[in-house]
Order: sequence, then structure tokens, then C-alpha cells
Amino acid sequence: MKFARKLAATALVALALASPASAQDTSAVKLALIDGQSGPNGFIGESMRQHLQFFAERQNAAGGVLGGKKLDVIAFDNKFDPQETIVQLQKAIDAGARYVFHGNSSAVGAAIVDFLEKHNRRNPEQSVLYINFAALDPVLTNEKCSFWHFRFDADVNIRTAAITNQIKNDPSIKKVYLFNQDYSFGKAVRSAATQMLKEKRPDIQIVGDELIPLQKVADFTPYIAKIRATGADAVISANWGNDLNQLVKTGGELGLPVKWFTYFANGEGGVTALGAAGVGRVFAVSEWHMNVPDPTTEKMADEFGKKYGRDMFFYRLDTVIAMLTRSMNEAKTSDPKAVAEKLESMSYKTPLGDTYVRPTDHQFYQPLYVSVMADDVAKKLEKTPFGFKTVGMSAAKETEVPTTCKMRRP
Amino acid sequence: MLEQLVISTLNGVIYGMLLFMLASGLTLIFGMMGVLNLAHAAMYMLGAYLGYQISKTLGFLPALVLAPLALGVGGALLERYGLRRVHQHGHVSELLFTFGVAFMIQEAVQMIWGRIGVPYRIPAALDFPLFRLFDTPYPFYRVFVLALAVAIFFGLFAALSRTRTGLIIRAALTHPGMVGMLGHDVPRVFMLVFGAGAGLAGLAGVIGGPIFVTSPSMAGALGAILFTVVVIGGLGSLPGALLASLLVGLVQTFAVVMDVSLDDVFRVAGLGTASASFLGDIRHTTIAQIAPILPYLMLLVMLVVRPRGLFGSRDV
Repeated sequence: MKFARKLAATALVALALASPASAQDTSAVKLALIDGQSGPNGFIGESMRQHLQFFAERQNAAGGVLGGKKLDVIAFDNKFDPQETIVQLQKAIDAGARYVFHGNSSAVGAAIVDFLEKHNRRNPEQSVLYINFAALDPVLTNEKCSFWHFRFDADVNIRTAAITNQIKNDPSIKKVYLFNQDYSFGKAVRSAATQMLKEKRPDIQIVGDELIPLQKVADFTPYIAKIRATGADAVISANWGNDLNQLVKTGGELGLPVKWFTYFANGEGGVTALGAAGVGRVFAVSEWHMNVPDPTTEKMADEFGKKYGRDMFFYRLDTVIAMLTRSMNEAKTSDPKAVAEKLESMSYKTPLGDTYVRPTDHQFYQPLYVSVMADDVAKKLEKTPFGFKTVGMSAAKETEVPTTCKMRRP
Repeated sequence: MLEQLVISTLNGVIYGMLLFMLASGLTLIFGMMGVLNLAHAAMYMLGAYLGYQISKTLGFLPALVLAPLALGVGGALLERYGLRRVHQHGHVSELLFTFGVAFMIQEAVQMIWGRIGVPYRIPAALDFPLFRLFDTPYPFYRVFVLALAVAIFFGLFAALSRTRTGLIIRAALTHPGMVGMLGHDVPRVFMLVFGAGAGLAGLAGVIGGPIFVTSPSMAGALGAILFTVVVIGGLGSLPGALLASLLVGLVQTFAVVMDVSLDDVFRVAGLGTASASFLGDIRHTTIAQIAPILPYLMLLVMLVVRPRGLFGSRDV
């Protein structure tokens, strides 16, 4: 008897706790960020959360969406693991989120796409839209493309297009060395670079094509000696983390005279690790950087820096929030399917130029800057004397790459 | 060709000597206590961070002395008040204890210095090309590291073979009970060795930090390699550690320049494309691609063929 009463009381309490969640208040649109928030790389996920929060709050201050509703960011820690991602995704959906944001790792991205394809077919009234803003494997907008997935970052092939555009216009480069990590991503870069260089600069010779095991190399001196022996003028490398920092740093220490065309050197921790070795030598591709001369983004970056004590990086999230807002307002609902249908054919003018989503594969196109590490710039990164300055720019159209996507529409 | 050979040898030897600086302390502790000090690589990392911090305020030379000293004293205290108490519960407890210490250091470093690493650079006074090798400037700092490591090897060797303390240490390595019976304070010897090992790891961190990237991931990058060096060289053997370090350094360095795959071997052997599908991807994997995992292959072979290592006196 006593037990039964206890049970009933527990059930009541549980109900009371659960009810505010089940009777979702309609005053907010929930955006769930699912990314790694813990562990040695947790700082990247943390930075993503702060960026998303920052841009959502700006939109809220400017009137929110759908005539006064707020954007509400909630973060879920997937520990960078595809399996854990599904658990957290379920939690996010249970918490009422219909928009999922994610950035790190294409393996996680593929897991989200697979899950949502099934989930949205079985629960059309609970559909969820996936906004991918940093997972770069081309597969997500080709073989594995999905109506429920939008990529708001330039994928590997697009970035390679921007990099090879830059190399095309640099006659001093005659020999190129490819240096990548031995997994799907590194291999994608290597084949894209080989093909695009052949088209844009048939006279360029590819003198080396290295694949190294992921984060296993402790000493890069032998690789530097090997690159030097080939007489390369430029190295294209999609390495990240220690594999990138140590490579470039060792190259600088041993005086290797090459230009480094990288995909990630501008990320957090990059300039701190590279130091003077990178000045004038390390190139990166991005949709924006601190020294792009534009008053709107400059003000934004200042505010962000003051609020969080770190440099603004994911400018693309501002565009995402703006386009999402407009889609919701035009669709007059926050229902993901209606919003996706508006979003997939949207063109949008940012302070930096024209951007658009390609309806066939839901890939977003934007102007891309190629920049080089420099010590003579106004805005420095990470309290070092270094920053990035623009050396070239490709308009959105110039970076377009073909797709094999055959999208199944709901 | 000659150019490649000379430069690769030089690079391999320098990397090997840096490994030796770490492995020497580890192998003595391992030989004496029969336990891998899993925190050794973490101490190396702590050495690099302390080196960075001290050289920022006092300069590089004080850092070169103070950081290893701090780690040595810390290591000795850790042995005296931690490891010694755990010792009586057996090897597993000791192993777990050092594992815990590694974690503590890792997290502490991240909390104090952040997760993205620090700009630890080669001091300006030491940052110049020493000589030109086939038109390639060779940095002085690397040669400085080499000289320091060689000096340490001879210093350690002399200390172990020519001094009374060294005599007792060597005796305690193999017959701790007997040495204790003869009236020597064996626990104190253990404490000294542990402290010296930690100090050496710290020194390696101070001088290695500017060459490598000083970040929280640096311990993981080198830790696994160190254990292979110690096992290949033989537990508790200083010459073994030296030889194994050089071996690992040179093998890795030379393997990187070898773009030879099984496919090429078949072709030269006249088998051509007849067996094109045989072995699939492995055929096209070059030696350069597997260079970073070669030390682990050596470790496996060594454990099967000669479990005591090159110069070890007893099996692992």
C-alpha cells in the first residue's frame, strides 16, 4: 500500500516535470547544436555553440522570426562519435527541436542524414532539418545527398576549386606536392586537386603525392627533406591538427621554401602553433576572415570578441540564421519541410557578395577568400602578432562544382 | 642521392637522440620497478609547458635548468609519497597509479594553459643556420639538441658505471633484496631514479617543445613510441635504450623516403599485372605510407623473437 502510494507520487512528480516539455510553448523556435562539447577537441564544439548563440541572439534582438518568436539554441554533446550522435539527436527531437546544426566530422554528418531520412519518412509531422555548417566530405551532396540536408560550408571540392584558382594565377608555381592524411577526406582532396590542376594548369607537375597515417607522425623532418628533394614550389595539404601544425612548423624551421595551401590553417590554434614560420607562406580558404574590409562584419567580430574572448570564425552561421529567418517568414511557418522548400532555391546578398543554395544538391555557394598568414595586418589572431590577409577571391559562381546527386523528395 | 642520405641520417639521429632522452629515464624506472611509468610522456609535456612559462619570464637558459629540476623534485616526491605506498599492492596498482597521474597532468595542463597549445619558439639567440649542407641551411638548434643528448648519455653512463651510487643502482636493478640486506637504502635509490627520470623527461620537454608543437596532444604523440623503444632496447639497459632510439629514429626517417610498394616488387620480379587483383590495396601501399607504424612492427617482432630486447637481461 505504502509502495503504491509512493509510486503514484513519483508518477505525479514525473508528470509535473514532463508537462512543460510536452506542451511545447510556441513562442520559440528551437535550434539544436549537436557537436562535441567535451574532450581534447571540445573547444571547437564550444566555439561553434558560442557562434550559433551569438548570431541567434542578434536575430532575436532584431525581432526574432515569424513576427516575434525567439530562436532558442540548445547544445547537445555527441563526443564526436556517430553512435552517440543518434542518441543526442533523439534527445534533441524529444526536446522539441526541428532544426539540427552540426559541424565536426563527415562520419557524424552521414549518420545524421541516415537517421533523418528514416525518421522524417516515419514521422512526417515531426520532420527535422539538418543544417551542416562544417562537415566537408563531398559525399553528403553527391551519393548521400538528402532533401533534409543543407550544407552551408564550401565542401572539399569547392575549396579545392578556390585553391586551384589561386594557383592558376600564380606563375611562380610550377611543381606541386600533395600531402594528405590517409582517410576518406585526405583522399578526396588529393583526387580533386590532381584533376583540377590538370584542367586549370596543365603545365604544372605534381611531384609528390603523400598519404600519412592520421595523427601518428611524431617527427616531420624526413617529410620536409623529401619535399625539398622534389623541388616543389607549393604544397597542397588538407591536414588538420598536429599533422598540419607540425608539418608547416618543421618546414619553417628547416627553411623549406614552399607555399602551403591548406584547408584548416586559419582554424583556432593555427597561428599560435605556426608562428613566424607561416608568414607569407601559409594560405587558407574561408568565406570570411578578420581582415576582410567590411564595416558590418568588423563590428560583428568586435562584439563577438568582447563577449566570448575568442576570435570570430564561423561567419557563415550569420548567413545561415538570416536565410533561415527569411525562409520561415516567407513560408509563414517553422515547419521544416515548408522552410526547406523556400531555402533550397534562395539567393541572398550578404555584405560580402551574392550567395545562393543550389536546389539540386542543397549545397550553399558563397564568395570564397584565399588568404595568407601575415604580420602586417590590422586584426591579429589569438593575441599573436599574426593574422590573415586576402590574396585572392573567387565569386560564388566560380567555385561551382558538378554533382551526381539524385535527390529523393518527400 | 648522397644529399638525401646525409640529411636523412642526420635527421634520424637527432630524432633518435631526443627519443633517447625520454627513454633513458623510462627504461631505468621500468627496469627497477618492473612497471611502465605511463605518466612519463605527460611529464615530458609538462616539461615543455614549464619551459615555455619560465623562458617567457626568465629566459631559456634558466628554463633549461629550472624546469627539469622542478619535475625531478616533483617526481621524487611522487615516488616517496605516492608510488611507494601503492607498491605493496602489486604491479597493477602501480600501473593504475601512473595512469592516474598521466590523466591529472593532462587535465591540469589543459586547465592552466588552455586546449589549443602555446607559442613556444626556439629562442632567438639559438635560432640561426649553423652550416649549409648541399645548399640546405641546417639549424643550429637541432645540433644543440644532439649535443645535449650525447652529453646526457655519457653523463648517465659514467654515473652508472663509475660512481658508487651508480653501482648501487645497478645492483638494485637486479637484486634489490640483497642490496637492502647489505644496508643500502633501496627505497631511497628508487626515489632518486624516479626523480632523475622525471627530470630527464622534463629536460626533453624543454628542448623538444620548440621543435615540436607544444600542445596538450604532444604527450600522446610520443608516448606510444617511447614504450616501443624501451621494450626493443631491453628493460633497464641504457645502451639498449640508446640503440633502440637511434634504430627507431633512423628506420622511420629512411622509410619515409622509400616510395616502393609491393606492386613495384612484383613488376621487377616479372610478375607484372598477371596477379593484379591479388592483395588489392596492400599492393599499392608504399613503405613511406607505413613508415610511422614500423616501430610497432619492430616491437611485435622483438617480443616474439627476443622478448628481453636487444640488451635486456630478463624477459618482459
